Amino acid sequence: METNGESKSQNAEHVLDHFHLFRQPQYLEMFERKKREFEDPACADEVERIREWTKTKEYRDKNFAREAITINPAKACQPLGAIFAAVGFEGTLPFVHGSQGCVAYFRSHFSRHFKEPSGCVSSSMTEDAAVFGGLSNMIDGLANSYALYKPKMIAVSTTCMAEVIGDDLNAFIKNAREKGSVPQDFDVPFAHTPSFVGSHITGYDNMMKGILEYFWDGKAKTVPPLERQPNGKINLIVGFDGNVVGNIREIRRILDLMGVEYLIVSDNSDVWDTPTDGTFRMYDGGTKLSEISEALHSKATISMQSFCTPKTLPYIQGKGQETVGLHYPIGVAATDRFLQEVSRLSGQPIPEALEKERGRLVDAIADSSPHIHGKRFAVYADPDVALGIAGFLLELGAEPAHILATNADTAWEQKVRELLASSPFGAGCQVYPGKDLWHLRSLLFTEPVDFVIGNTYAKYLERDTGTPLIRLGFPIFDRHHHHRYPVWGYQGALNVLVWILDKIFDEMDRNTNVPAKSDYSFDIIR
Amino acid sequence: MSELRQIAFYGKGGIGKSTTSQNTLAALAEMGQRILIVGCDPKADSTRLILHAKNQDTILHLAAAAGSVEDLEIEDVMKVGYRDIRCVESGGPEPGVGCAGRGVITSINFLEENGAYEGRDYVSYDVLGDVVCGGFAMPIRENKAQEIYIVMSGEMMAMYAANNISKGILKYANSGGVRLGGLICNERQTDRELELAEALAAKLGTTLIHFVPRDNVVQHAELRRMTVIEYAPESKQAEEYRSLARKIHANKGNGVIPTPITMDDLEDLLMQFGIMKREDESLVGKTAGEAVLCA
Repeated sequence: METNGESKSQNAEHVLDHFHLFRQPQYLEMFERKKREFEDPACADEVERIREWTKTKEYRDKNFAREAITINPAKACQPLGAIFAAVGFEGTLPFVHGSQGCVAYFRSHFSRHFKEPSGCVSSSMTEDAAVFGGLSNMIDGLANSYALYKPKMIAVSTTCMAEVIGDDLNAFIKNAREKGSVPQDFDVPFAHTPSFVGSHITGYDNMMKGILEYFWDGKAKTVPPLERQPNGKINLIVGFDGNVVGNIREIRRILDLMGVEYLIVSDNSDVWDTPTDGTFRMYDGGTKLSEISEALHSKATISMQSFCTPKTLPYIQGKGQETVGLHYPIGVAATDRFLQEVSRLSGQPIPEALEKERGRLVDAIADSSPHIHGKRFAVYADPDVALGIAGFLLELGAEPAHILATNADTAWEQKVRELLASSPFGAGCQVYPGKDLWHLRSLLFTEPVDFVIGNTYAKYLERDTGTPLIRLGFPIFDRHHHHRYPVWGYQGALNVLVWILDKIFDEMDRNTNVPAKSDYSFDIIR
Repeated sequence: MSELRQIAFYGKGGIGKSTTSQNTLAALAEMGQRILIVGCDPKADSTRLILHAKNQDTILHLAAAAGSVEDLEIEDVMKVGYRDIRCVESGGPEPGVGCAGRGVITSINFLEENGAYEGRDYVSYDVLGDVVCGGFAMPIRENKAQEIYIVMSGEMMAMYAANNISKGILKYANSGGVRLGGLICNERQTDRELELAEALAAKLGTTLIHFVPRDNVVQHAELRRMTVIEYAPESKQAEEYRSLARKIHANKGNGVIPTPITMDDLEDLLMQFGIMKREDESLVGKTAGEAVLCA
């Protein structure tokens, strides 16, 4: 990066990008002066001393004794999950009853991950709404949303503000309907999603259950409840998933191969992967509204992520369906279990084509085994995702050392411990429910690992601790298109295997590339 | 201009808090003090005796009509009544919706930002009975009321409320400047009321600043939407309120950090004065019929 000569200043003919601009002397001088005059900086030695101290066991003990503060939690809040569930239905506009800023954040969060526009509206509550209640915001908001965006359904969730003052969605939506905001028979399911309770996976669960209840139990007392007439179909609920675009398409492929009749309840794979062909699609694909009602009659429901559906799954079971809860199936055994459950429930055999895919995955794992065997990993993700990744690592002969989920509880911890106990490679691995990324930072200093698996936010851990990062989970803002690749099924596991191996070999090359010093191992063949 | 004195009246609902505060403030106005009353109760009856009005248009009501608080001018919300006492009512939402506590915060912020306190010797906040959430503690936050006066009487719930309000004050007292100015007992003619009030004051580490006797003239004045000070300035009761006003005026800087007591201590106190009977465990959970059989 040159900093001399012509590039020192910019003009209309010569515009510097941000990489170069702020390295010019005038900026360096300005930053230095700002620090000196306004920041009351500690001396560089002291900063360095503290930096080193944060790497010690002593600091780690203090860090883990911390009670009053969370630093860099690996979780988001309920409405984000509610929106995720809502956009998976045909023509559905997510409507968040609360303040505008929250919703701007939800939309940008999804847009940054999926690189797609993400439609969602708010009822734009302000101070007046906080004092008087948000009924008029609901009435005007539903009317405007219906008129402007022409949705087939509006799914309402809430932010903290509406929850603290106790706005009642059921009554508000009823009032809005009576005031003519939306037609009498227009579908407006809803879920209370207080942001200060649980995380985005709680919101996913609440909205999913809210939508099913709305359709199955009489649309908020406007029609008679549905009566279940069992058929042979299988419902699938995928849960909150950063790889949802690739994963849903992969399980559709698998289920079609098996000849199973199924319904994916909330399919957001199309709305977050719309083609560029000259037509803007605010809504695309999704589970048909008629299919939501139909889903009641299915024989069984499989949740691909049990910790995303702790209320939804028992509700469905209460309707008379069999339910199966999985934990983000990555790898051979997890996919085996998924396929066996589908086969058992549907009566369809597992076709030879899938058996071959399995064999190819096992072959690939065996080919690369020497490089993965014994490597130590730290993993953090949403509870089910962390379980899925940990299971696959054990299968590969890797050694997970730290498994952390901020939005997990002791039930999850128990599940992870059972999984670890099932493999010799799980011995010595620690499990951390409810901990944050600052805890993980201490762990990476005091009990180092070879690689960390996590979302984009782990790049700060990578920078601070020098632990190479393999990106998996949600959100991934700084690498493109990963969400288009499946991680479920035998094919999906192959993708994960490749991402892990790519990073292992990149590191190997990086550590062997000094000419005449380490390049005796800078090999063409790995 | 002398330094602005900020006080607040708290107390159980229905205890005569608004009547007591308005009469006392009218007496302070008589003494030449320039006063602003800020009603912090959604039922908005803290200024009716001063304004001779049913109830005043509230800040939040006017804000809702105008679109938002930012659209209001101070002149819209402030009325002037007896002896130039300025009056505002914060108001609040309809029962069962929204957040009345947030309404109090919104209103007080609006008044401060728009200079409502300028040229006043006293600001008095009149706050609803129970400090149910942070919004109703707004007047006791830093840089608001310096002294809190609790209106109570010799009955259990009023004393329970007084103790709770003291807990609220204690929460803010160590970080800010708020102090408990004292108790004001509104006579309800219960047994040994004066001694009981004094005993509670002692327990809370404060004093009974005044014992206001019961007098029908208060009701007569209320019917006319007037304070006793204005309706019957020569009456004995008017003199009582003047006396209370003088004590409050002289009480500047004499507030204390309260020492609220536990529920058990409070019950002991009530039993000591015969307000409450010692619990008879054999009667707990028995219906009237069963109790007769046991007796």
